[in-house]
Amino acid sequence: MKVAIVGCGAVGSLFAANLAQLDDVEVWAFDLDGQHVETINDHGLRLSGAGEVVGKVRATTDAAELPGCDFGIVATKCMHTAAAIQASAPAFASGAVCSVQNGVGNEEVLAEHVERVIRGTTFPAGRVVGPGHVQWDVKGETTIGPFEASPAPMAEVDRLADACTRGGMPTHAVADARGPQWRKLIFNAATNPIGALTGLTHGRVCEDAGLRRLVSQLVDEGKAVAGAQGIELDADPEELIDHAARPDVAYDHKASMLQDVEALRQTEIDYLNGGIARFGREHGVPTPLNDAVTALIKGLEAAWAQ
Amino acid sequence: MNVWVIGGGVIGSLFAAHLSRVAEVTLVCRRPEHAATVAENGIRVSGRADFVGQPRASTDPAGLADAELVIVATKANDVEAAAAQLEDRLGDGTVMTVQNGLGAEEAIRQHGPWPQLSAVTFMSGTKLADDHVEYVLDTPTWLAPYDDAPFALAERTASLIAESGLKVEPMADLEPARWSKLIFNATVNSVAALTGLPHDHHFAELKRPTDLGHLVRCLIEEGTRIASAAGIELREDPWQMNVLATQRGSRHYPSMLEDVEARRPTEVDFITGALVREAERHGVDAPLLTAVYRLVKAREASYR
Repeated sequence: MKVAIVGCGAVGSLFAANLAQLDDVEVWAFDLDGQHVETINDHGLRLSGAGEVVGKVRATTDAAELPGCDFGIVATKCMHTAAAIQASAPAFASGAVCSVQNGVGNEEVLAEHVERVIRGTTFPAGRVVGPGHVQWDVKGETTIGPFEASPAPMAEVDRLADACTRGGMPTHAVADARGPQWRKLIFNAATNPIGALTGLTHGRVCEDAGLRRLVSQLVDEGKAVAGAQGIELDADPEELIDHAARPDVAYDHKASMLQDVEALRQTEIDYLNGGIARFGREHGVPTPLNDAVTALIKGLEAAWAQ
Repeated sequence: MNVWVIGGGVIGSLFAAHLSRVAEVTLVCRRPEHAATVAENGIRVSGRADFVGQPRASTDPAGLADAELVIVATKANDVEAAAAQLEDRLGDGTVMTVQNGLGAEEAIRQHGPWPQLSAVTFMSGTKLADDHVEYVLDTPTWLAPYDDAPFALAERTASLIAESGLKVEPMADLEPARWSKLIFNATVNSVAALTGLPHDHHFAELKRPTDLGHLVRCLIEEGTRIASAAGIELREDPWQMNVLATQRGSRHYPSMLEDVEARRPTEVDFITGALVREAERHGVDAPLLTAVYRLVKAREASYR
C-alpha cells in the first residue's frame, strides 16, 4: 500500500512516521518546506515525546514526484487545502483522499479534485521542533468515514483505518464521521477565538463568568447548525470545555489561534467559526456570534497587513 | 471669569488653552512635571488653531473654591476621583462634564449640589507634549443643562467657549446627541480595541456577513434598539457617522485602541458597558454588544 501525506507538519508527521513503521506501507510526504523534506530524506522523520519513532519516509517538495497512491492523508492548514490537492491530485487518480484537518469545509475542497474522499477528525497533537523532527504532545484517536457527497467505499475507509491503527495511530472507521468532526469544530470555534481576542489561557477564559457564557452561546449556535444537518455529536462540547479548564488538564493552555495571533500567522478562522456560519446559512440557521468573532479575527489579520 | 479645568489630556488641554484667552484658567494636572511645564511654557495649540495659551497649572485643587466654572475633562474612569476633589471645596460654581459614555453627571452629583452642565465633545486632537496639543478635528462640543440647571446657564457657558475660539452648540436636551455618540463610540471603539484596526474602511465593509462593517452595523442596530427602548430619539444615525468617519481618510486611532495598545484600563465600562446596562434596564436583547463588552473587559484582565 502506498500512502502520501499532503502537508507534513505536526499532524501530518504523526501519521507519516507511524505508518512508516509498517512493512506493507510505503509512505510518501509532500511538503513545501525544503529543509524539512531534505532532513526527512537524509535521516528519516523523527517523533519524540508521547512516542519515540523514526520513520522512513520519502519526502518531496514537488507533487509531480509522488507515485500513484492508494491513499492521501491531507494535513495542511485549511487555507492551503486547495493548492495542496490541486498539485497532488494526479497521485490519487485511483486512490482515496482523507482529510485530518481542523475545521469544516476541507472535504468539499478535496472533492473538487479527487473522486473518493474520506472525512476525518484527529485528536493527537504535536509541534514541529526542527527540520525532520516533531514533538508528539498528545496521543489520541482518529475517526474516519466516507465523505457523503463524494464517498470512498466503506471497505476502503476500513483499510486506511486498519493501517493507521496498526501503525500506532488508533483510528475508527464509521459510516457517519460528522459527529466527532462537529464536536471538535464546536469546541475549537467556541474557545479558540476567545483566547485569541483576549490573550487569556483556556482556564482563565472559563473562570470569567461573562466570557464563559459567550463560549456557551457560540457552542449553542454550533449545535443548532449541526442539528439542522442531522448530525449527532458524539460528546457534549460543554463538558469537554469544562474538563479542559481543569488545572491538571489544560488550564494554562494558550489556544492555537492565540499562538497564531501572537506570531502574526494567518488563522484557520474561515474553517472554524466561519465554517459554522457558512453551513448555518446553507441550512437557514442564524449564527450572529460566530459571524461576529469571525469578523473580529479577520479584522486582527487585516491589522497586521497595515 | 474664574475657570478650572481638571484633567490635562487632549480635551482638557484644548479647553484650558482656548479659555485662557478669555478667562482666568487653572489646569489641574496629575503629574507635577506636567503642571510645571504648562506653568512655564503655557500650552501651544497647533493644527486648527495656532497660538500659545497661558493657563495657570497645578496639581493641587485647593484654590478652586471660588471657581465659577469647573470643566471635568478626565477620562471617565477618573471622574469619581475628580468629584471627590470638588467635595467640600467648590462653592456654588458650575460643573461641566465632557466624558465619553454615560454616568459622569451622576458621579459628580453624588458629591455636591452644584449646578451641572452635561457635554459631549467631538473635537479631537493629539497630545504631542505636555505643553503642546495638535488640534485635529474642530467639530463642536454640545452642551445642555443637567438635572434642574437652567438652560440660560448652558447658553452663557456656550458663549464663553465660543468666544475662546472653540465650536460649541448649547441645547436643551443632550440625550439625542449623547446617545448618537455613545452608540458610535461603543461600537467603533470596542471593535478597534479588539482588532487593532484604526477606524478605517474595514468598518464600513458589508459584502459578507463576516465582514467587519456587518458586525459594526449589527452592533449599531442593537444600540439603536436600546436607545429607542430608553425613549431616546437619536440626533444622528450612528451608522452614517461611522461611514463618514471611515471616508474622512485620516486613520483615526480610537482612544480605546490606544489604551489597549498601551495596556491601560479603557473606558469600556462607561461606554459599551453603559449601553449593555441600559439594555438590561430596558429589557432589550443585546448579545453582540454584550459579547464585545466582555471581550474588551477580558483583554484588560489579560494584562494582569
